[in-house]
Amino acid sequence: MKMVIAIIRPESLDNVKQALFNAEIHKMTVSPVRGCGQQKGYTENYRGSIKTINLLPKIRIEIVVNDSFVKPTIDAIISSARSGNIGDGKIFVMPVEEVYRIRTGETGSEAIG
Amino acid sequence: MKRKFSIGLLLFLFICMSFSFAAFATEKGTSLPDTFTAQSDEAKIAFRDAVGVTSAQSAGDTAFMFASTVLVFIMTPGLAFFYGGMVRRKNVLNTMMNSFVLMAVISIQWLFFGYSIAFGTGGPLFGVGQYLGFSGVGAAPSVYAGTVPHTLFALFQLMFAIITPALISGAFAERMKFSAFLLFSVLWATLVYDPIAHWVWGVDGWMSLLNPNAAFQALDFAGGTVVHISSGFAGLVLALMLGKRKEKSTAIPHNIPFVLLGAALLWFGWFGFNGGSALSSGGLAIHAFLTTNMAAAAATLSWMFVEWIKTGKPTVLGAATGAVVGLVAITPGAGFVTPVAAVIIGALVSPLCYFAVSYLKHKLGYDDALDAFGCHGVGGFFGAVMTGVFATTTVNPFGKDGLLYGNPEQFLIQLAAASITAAFSVVMTFLIMKAVGLVVKTRVAEKDEMQGMDITQHGEDAYPDFSSDQSIA
Repeated sequence: MKMVIAIIRPESLDNVKQALFNAEIHKMTVSPVRGCGQQKGYTENYRGSIKTINLLPKIRIEIVVNDSFVKPTIDAIISSARSGNIGDGKIFVMPVEEVYRIRTGETGSEAIG
Repeated sequence: MKRKFSIGLLLFLFICMSFSFAAFATEKGTSLPDTFTAQSDEAKIAFRDAVGVTSAQSAGDTAFMFASTVLVFIMTPGLAFFYGGMVRRKNVLNTMMNSFVLMAVISIQWLFFGYSIAFGTGGPLFGVGQYLGFSGVGAAPSVYAGTVPHTLFALFQLMFAIITPALISGAFAERMKFSAFLLFSVLWATLVYDPIAHWVWGVDGWMSLLNPNAAFQALDFAGGTVVHISSGFAGLVLALMLGKRKEKSTAIPHNIPFVLLGAALLWFGWFGFNGGSALSSGGLAIHAFLTTNMAAAAATLSWMFVEWIKTGKPTVLGAATGAVVGLVAITPGAGFVTPVAAVIIGALVSPLCYFAVSYLKHKLGYDDALDAFGCHGVGGFFGAVMTGVFATTTVNPFGKDGLLYGNPEQFLIQLAAASITAAFSVVMTFLIMKAVGLVVKTRVAEKDEMQGMDITQHGEDAYPDFSSDQSIA
């Protein structure tokens, strides 16, 4: 079992969701986040005082999958979130020790699916 | 591009200044008599005579028209909320600014030449320069409103001139460059709104009720053709010329309470818009107030029920939209139709506009973002034509009878006036937009559109979160 965490552009979310659904991946957690990487920020101006904003709005998607689904998940995200410009985001993959479904108490692969 | 724009701005200021000097030069100086400060009644009367207050002037009418004028004024901020709530959070400031800034832009335009083009005399197509810089517009009543100061009439009309280009901004929301928008709005107000106002309301306009030699006399009580048809059809042209938004399919309203607030302010202000168009207090003004309210009420309900039947839920956004299209539809007929006719017009306009915004728009594929055409173009056209059906001289002896009262000719006249206004607006908007395109880029770059209009056009964030507190220089 692996957790795939993807940080993507907000405007890519709909394409990414569609690509994941097409790859039979229907379960995810999505949150709006702020972050900085290689992309430069921008400036805002409030009555003449200039603020530099370097934490840009991003979307974070968390998906926990069985090992056989790791590759399709990553392929789906990369193909749908890539614009080729700085700021497209990153994907992290990490091992998951255990999964429990609260309603039934199922564990492991069964709880994921 | 920046340099070109600043040169344009300087030129504009220069023209404004030269007009104001010309106006000063021609003005007959009316300074306060020294005795006025003594506060004696004789001095006050002498002063009133000196500034041209005549016995015909009515304190009641003046107070009423002042109240109506400020009611119409609040409609533009109301529209800012109405539109602002319907866009995504990254575009709300730009969308609201598109209405707000016009209160400033058109005020200046109106003073220096807009009013003169619209309400000056000079010909059937547009007025000429006798009111440049409001020269000759003073305390004495005008030919348009015989019992209130000419300045008040001009201010009342200014509020209409402000909201009309603001209405268009719904069509191109979330993608038009702010500089292009400013340039477009000044040109559109001058070359489209002011002439159409002259045609329909000017004392020598070619379809004006005031002109005995008019080609035909169209009924437009408060601006169905002048305000709503002209702006609605301009919106359609802009939506087509600018193209679709990149993320059109996922764009949903970010703050429906804002939309409701805006619709309520519009409804409230519309009492002055239609009531004040009687240009005096009294029975006709209150009749317009009555029909306005009833049409809005009927349209709110009919939109709600249409939506309830079609989609299973009566939405708040739908009710707010219904109220506005009802107000749009009754505008040309407010002072010519009976209250029951107003209810019929209101009840019928919502299903029509619902069809336009939920079916026609998707079928034809234009991206009229906030339905400036679907509500104001379609609703305004319907209202203008319905005025030709339901108008009766029992309501307003200065009006005309409509189709139902044995005058089918008026129905055709209304149809012609609405079509000609629409056609003129379409052609002129296209030409103006082409001209603006030669000077500045009209649409923002794709990456700016993605990032949002607020940050890329104005350098601000409407709803900053924690990260905006951190200033990293």
